[in-house]
Amino acid sequence: MRVQLLDLAHARSGDKGDTANVGVIALKPEWYPLLVEQLTRDRVAEHFRGIIDGPVERFELPNLHALNFLLHGALDGGGTLSLKTDAQGKVYSTALLRLVLDVPDAQARALGLPSAA
Amino acid sequence: MTRIVRVASGQGFWGDWLEAPRRQVEGGPIDYLMLDYLAEVTMSILQKQKERDPTMGYARDFVGAIESVLPAITERGVRVIANAGGVNPPACAAAIRAVAARAGAAGKLHVGVVTGDDLLPRLDRLMADGHALAHMETGAPLSTVRDRVLSANAYIGSVPIVEALRRGANVVVTGRSTDTALTMAPLRFEFGWGDTDWNRLAAGIIAGHIIECGAQCSGGNCLHDWRTIPDLANVGYPIVEAQEDGSFVVTKHPGTGGRIDVASVSEQLVYEMGDPHSYITPDVVADFASIHLEQAGENRVRVFGIQGREPTDKLKVSIAYRDGYKAVGSLVYVWPDALEKAELADRVLRERLDRLGLRFDHILTEFVGASATHGRLAGDAGQQAPEVQFRIGVRSHDRATVERFTREIVPLVLNGPPSVTGFAAGRPKVEEIVAYWPALIDKTVVQTAVEIL
Repeated sequence: MRVQLLDLAHARSGDKGDTANVGVIALKPEWYPLLVEQLTRDRVAEHFRGIIDGPVERFELPNLHALNFLLHGALDGGGTLSLKTDAQGKVYSTALLRLVLDVPDAQARALGLPSAA
Repeated sequence: MTRIVRVASGQGFWGDWLEAPRRQVEGGPIDYLMLDYLAEVTMSILQKQKERDPTMGYARDFVGAIESVLPAITERGVRVIANAGGVNPPACAAAIRAVAARAGAAGKLHVGVVTGDDLLPRLDRLMADGHALAHMETGAPLSTVRDRVLSANAYIGSVPIVEALRRGANVVVTGRSTDTALTMAPLRFEFGWGDTDWNRLAAGIIAGHIIECGAQCSGGNCLHDWRTIPDLANVGYPIVEAQEDGSFVVTKHPGTGGRIDVASVSEQLVYEMGDPHSYITPDVVADFASIHLEQAGENRVRVFGIQGREPTDKLKVSIAYRDGYKAVGSLVYVWPDALEKAELADRVLRERLDRLGLRFDHILTEFVGASATHGRLAGDAGQQAPEVQFRIGVRSHDRATVERFTREIVPLVLNGPPSVTGFAAGRPKVEEIVAYWPALIDKTVVQTAVEIL
C-alpha cells in the first residue's frame, strides 16, 4: 500500500546557517518504528535530490516518536545571504511530508494505517 | 505543598506580538516574564544603530513592553528577564528607568545590567593572542573578513542573570545571552540548583527551548490538526510551571486561545534542532532524547526525566560582517499559461542582464505559486495556477551591479510577456548583506559583569 507521510506524521522545520532541520513526529506512537525503518537517510536524501546541495543526517528520538533530519546546503547560503523565499527553511517540513511510502499490505493493516495516495 | 515557580514567555523574537507581555502579566499569576529579542543577525543591526547614535543599539520594543507591564513589576513583584540590551545594555537600562521615572515609580525599579558579551572592542587583541575565531562550518579564520566585522558577541549563560536576581534586580537586561538562559536562570536562582546539577540545569534549558519562541509551542505555527486549534486571535503565550526537581508543566492562562498538547510541544522541541543528544549551552549540555512528555490536563503538558551533562570549555561567538549587496524583485503573471509567461519573462530578463555585461556572485529565480518552496516536489500543479509570481534575486559585492539589476525588472511590464501585474512597489531596494559568522572561543576569555541601577 502507498501512504503519504503527511498521513502518518507531522513536522516542523527551521534553520542553522545553510542547514535546514526537519523534525518529523509520528501521529501515533505505534507508527514510529515504521518511520525509523522506511525514512532512512538515503531515502530522504533521494527525496531532496536536486533541491539541496549537501548531505543528509538523521537522528532518532524514540521518546518523542520523532526523527530529526539535517539537510545540509539547503538554504542557498542561509540567513541573510539567501535569496530564497524560504531562506529560513520554515517549510521544508511539509516538503518532506510529501514523501510517499510503500508499505506491505499486511503491515499497513496491522498498524491501522490510513489508506490513501 | 510543592513549590511552583512560573516563568511566562512574552516575546519570541524582536517583532513579536506587542500585546503578549501585558497579556501574560494580566491573565493570571506568574513570577517571571521572559522576553527574547535576539536572532542571529539582530546584533549587527543594533550595532549599526549604535554607530549612528551612541544611545541606541538595543531592542526599542522592550521599552514599550516595560511600560505595558510596569504596575505588575512595581506592585505585584513580577520580575522581568530580557536579552533586549543588544549591543548596549546600559542604554537599554537607562531607557526603561526613564519610563519608570515618568510613571513615578523610579525607586521601585531595580535594573540588573549584564555586560561582558561584547567582544568587538577586544577583537584585535584576542586575535593577536591566538584566538582564530574560525568559522564553525568552513573553518576559515576570522582574519579573512576582519576588516568587515560589524559585531562580535559571545553567547553567555545563566550565571550573571542569577547574580543580578540575587542582588535584588526586578528587571534583568542582558546583551547576547542564550535564549534558553533567560528561562533557566530564574529557576536556578529560585531553587538554588548547583553548578554541577546537570539534570536540573538541563531541564531549565529545555523549559527555555520550549517557550523561547513564544506561541510557537501553544498553537502558533502548529501543523498538527491545525484546523481545530481554537481562537488563535486570542492565542495564549506559554508559561512554565517548574518544580525544584526539574520537572515542569507547560501551560497558558485560562480563557486564552491556542492549544498546548504533546503534539504542539513536540513540534517546538524539534524546531531548529541539531544533534538532539548534544544541545550545547554555556551552562550544560542537554540531551533531548531524555525528555518525557505527558498530557496532564487540558492545555497542560508535563515534561520530566531530562538529563544533562557537563558543558564544554568553549562559548559560541556570534559575529556579523558586511558581505556585499543583494536585491530581490518580482512580477505577477496571470492565467492563462501563467507559469509559461513567467518562465519567458525570466529568460528575457536574464538575456538583457547578460547583454549589459552584469556579472553576479549569485542569481536565483523562483516561481511563487508553482515551485518556489518545494521545487520539483510540487509537481506540475503550477501549470494551471491562476497566477504565478516571478521572483528573481541577485547578490554581488559590487553595489552598482545590483543597483543596475533593480532597474531592469519593471520595464518587463510593457516590453515583456503579457498578463502581468503586481509591480506597484516599483524598483526593488538594494540591501547591504550582513552575514553571520559563528565561531568558538575559550570560556576563560569572557568575563561577564553585573551592575544594579
